[in-house]
Amino acid sequence: MALDSKTPQGPLKDKWTNHKNKINLVNPANKRLIDVIIVGTGLAGGSAAATLAELGYNVKAFCFQDSPRRAHSIAAQGGINAAKNYQGDGDSTYRLFYDTVKGGDYRSREANVYRLAEVSANIIDQCVAQGVPFARDYGGLLDNRSFGGVLVSRTFYAKGQTGQQLLLGAYSAMNRQIGRGKIKMYNRHEMLDVVVVDGKARGIIARNLVTGEIERHSAHAVVLGTGGYGNVFFLSTNAMGSNVTAAWKAHKRGAYFANPCYTQIHPTCIPVSGDHQSKLTLMSESLRNDGRIWVPKHKKDVDAIRNKTLKPTALKEEDRDYYLERRYPAFGNLVPRDVASRAAKERCDAGFGVNATGEAVYLDFASAIERYGKEQAQVKHLDQNDAALVKKLGQEVVKNKYGNLFQMYEKIVDENPYETPMMIYPAVHYTMGGIWVDYNLQTTIPGLYAIGEANFSDHGANRLGASALMQGLADGYFVLPYTIGDYLSHDIRTGPISTQTKEFEAAENKVKSEIEHLVNNKGTKPVDYFHKRLGKIMWNKCGMARNEKELKQAIEEISALRAEFWKEVRIPGTANEFNEELAKAGRVADFLELGELFAKDALVREESAGGHFRDEYQTPEGEAMRRKEFQFVSAWEYKGEPKNAVLHKEALTYENIEVKERSYK
Amino acid sequence: MNLTLKIWRQKDASDKGKIVDYQIGNVSPDMSFLEMLDVLNSELITKGDEPVAFDHDCREGICGSCSLYINGEAHGPDRLVTTCQLHMRKFKDGDTIFIEPWRAKAFPVIKDLIVDRTAFDRIQHAGGFISVNTSGNTQDANAIPIEKADADKAFDAATCIGCGACVASCKNSSAMLFVSAKVSQFALLPQGQVEATDRVLNMVNQMDEEGFGNCTNTGACEVECPKGISLENIARMNREFLTAALKG
Repeated sequence: MALDSKTPQGPLKDKWTNHKNKINLVNPANKRLIDVIIVGTGLAGGSAAATLAELGYNVKAFCFQDSPRRAHSIAAQGGINAAKNYQGDGDSTYRLFYDTVKGGDYRSREANVYRLAEVSANIIDQCVAQGVPFARDYGGLLDNRSFGGVLVSRTFYAKGQTGQQLLLGAYSAMNRQIGRGKIKMYNRHEMLDVVVVDGKARGIIARNLVTGEIERHSAHAVVLGTGGYGNVFFLSTNAMGSNVTAAWKAHKRGAYFANPCYTQIHPTCIPVSGDHQSKLTLMSESLRNDGRIWVPKHKKDVDAIRNKTLKPTALKEEDRDYYLERRYPAFGNLVPRDVASRAAKERCDAGFGVNATGEAVYLDFASAIERYGKEQAQVKHLDQNDAALVKKLGQEVVKNKYGNLFQMYEKIVDENPYETPMMIYPAVHYTMGGIWVDYNLQTTIPGLYAIGEANFSDHGANRLGASALMQGLADGYFVLPYTIGDYLSHDIRTGPISTQTKEFEAAENKVKSEIEHLVNNKGTKPVDYFHKRLGKIMWNKCGMARNEKELKQAIEEISALRAEFWKEVRIPGTANEFNEELAKAGRVADFLELGELFAKDALVREESAGGHFRDEYQTPEGEAMRRKEFQFVSAWEYKGEPKNAVLHKEALTYENIEVKERSYK
Repeated sequence: MNLTLKIWRQKDASDKGKIVDYQIGNVSPDMSFLEMLDVLNSELITKGDEPVAFDHDCREGICGSCSLYINGEAHGPDRLVTTCQLHMRKFKDGDTIFIEPWRAKAFPVIKDLIVDRTAFDRIQHAGGFISVNTSGNTQDANAIPIEKADADKAFDAATCIGCGACVASCKNSSAMLFVSAKVSQFALLPQGQVEATDRVLNMVNQMDEEGFGNCTNTGACEVECPKGISLENIARMNREFLTAALKG
């Protein structure tokens, strides 16, 4: 099948408006006759569910958590971008568009990104109207901060809990519709297959995680807002339950999977402490507004710090290497995430890591504390030369901005980051790849849509900070509710979709037989044993730097591990009860397939772009080297085993932006 | 560290349930409490036993899933943390640790340490929102300036993670801290004023219907709240309720 992005014709800035003006609408009375299933209740799924219900559709929403409020969007810390230009620093829709395309290393679709920038301002208006308590300044107006890869302040925030506040906003909008009966909410339910009838997505098979019952649910369209697949690495900043299952099942039913190798490794996470580790914790990128990243200049100081004979605070300024400021003077500590992560890896690989494992760099707030302290002393007419006073005043300012993050750090590491620099290291955080969608966010299965992190569309090969929240809410509040109407307008005479058909029966039987196999398997090892091994392969061979030899090894190793999993996994208990091991086993089984496709995609992409870095393709200074012949989206079609997947290419054309070397120097 | 764990095991809602003893060794002080339970579960599965079921997800203190009553305290002995942020360095070698689910009539046990907290969702359905449709034509976000002090207080109330520690800690199993946090967030913002009367009446009514107890101002909820939600919110909700009730 040829890929058609369905990007509207006409000038970039008019595409979305013209498209909205021309697509079909559904009459309010007919919306009552149409059902929509939404899987996932994070920012994308939650906002879409609320908006579609407000429009009058009958929504059925599903989440595996015990409440929609617990979706992992809740953990997003730093902020949400919007081209409001409230700071008067030259921001505009075009600049947000430009920054996002450049930040994505020219691997995203122009028209999608422009639309994202266009609706970004509406998101802030909508959230404030819902009662989202964004940070404000003393004049009562909204405050902004800066994020990586941009030269303006366009990030709106609510301390280090922006994701929580935005998600609770979407959750409140959902609650209003649940109360009205327009959304039927299915908590503790996991989608295990998409049902396709006559070529169209018409429902899902879901497992009730409390009773174990397998249920059929039908609708006129199905929307996946099921997040990313970072947990294929086992250790990531994702929640324990975050998984690829819904997206992968859709892929197996015919939805192409795009750019699986584009993964964001976030530069500022708390380093791994031991084998018991179950997940990694992010320290928000917003900290790089005020924190300076460094390692010692000299190996002897590294050794002394590792032996704890030298405190980092005692190391003189001239003996420190602020390597981001050194290498990237224009953007300094606020370079994009892929660049910052690779730079940290480069220093640690060279032997300058500051903890026992050699995999940590410092994120230091001493200069910011002093700068803010002096400013406060000036404002309060106090002595700017009183170092103790300045430090105290500065710490208060830093606490107001990042208090919850500092507290999180202290609880995990047992060190006080107000007194000694934080130790950080890159960790898997976000996946730019995902289900391929066209301009309308529809997948290659008619009637199946993918929104938020679950799709591939807007971030190219690297996502800029504070853009995930923007994209999730843009898709759910302002894009999907229009585009899905165009599709549903053909369904006004269809009537309710029956679940008593051979397609539903076949899908249900398939799900049941897989579950039966897992619970009756006579293996000896828990699910985590396999998941951790998969994670090690992914991190070592498909992580921050990749090469042909190791990718080929990864493909073989993952394939062998998958075979071993199906033979050796042990699931206690039965299928007809609350059984977390069973749920985990199903998710890991899918990760074991996705992981192989991931490595295959990375192998085929013989260039470096954004989060995908191939050792063979770098500039003499060690920067990513893009290649013109790879200016396309890789969209994989399922053909049985991952090794048989077929590659389709969507060419990327840039008519409104000049493709050039991505420099932050 | 070597520890003795006394864990509540209950097969399902209809089972009576009991405390079961487990021994666990080689516990590192850098482990989180839930990672310690992961190790226990891994050992149980390898032996062919059923693992202990508990709710958890983000493991960074924000999703509100984890909900353990540890040695008689919601989220354990540390302050301002959830169970997933509690680390084993708070315990010492040879300790015996009791681990139980939240106990409240409105939170029935589903399995082992997992309880059903959908009563909280139903209270939010009754009024935990501002009725504004998505349109793209909402007024500009800066059209109404909001005093920073009010915005900050609204934010503090809005940081509630809905974990239920307040209910579990309260001798009356009252949900007043949880409900008042949402009522306060909207009461402090101009956008929340229009529906203020209905909101507080409907939410309090639903809270009573769910079978939560009354508030007797003991303050245990505030002490155990992992997000430090203040009792002031309960006072504010009482004022809101009185005003609304008088308006009728």
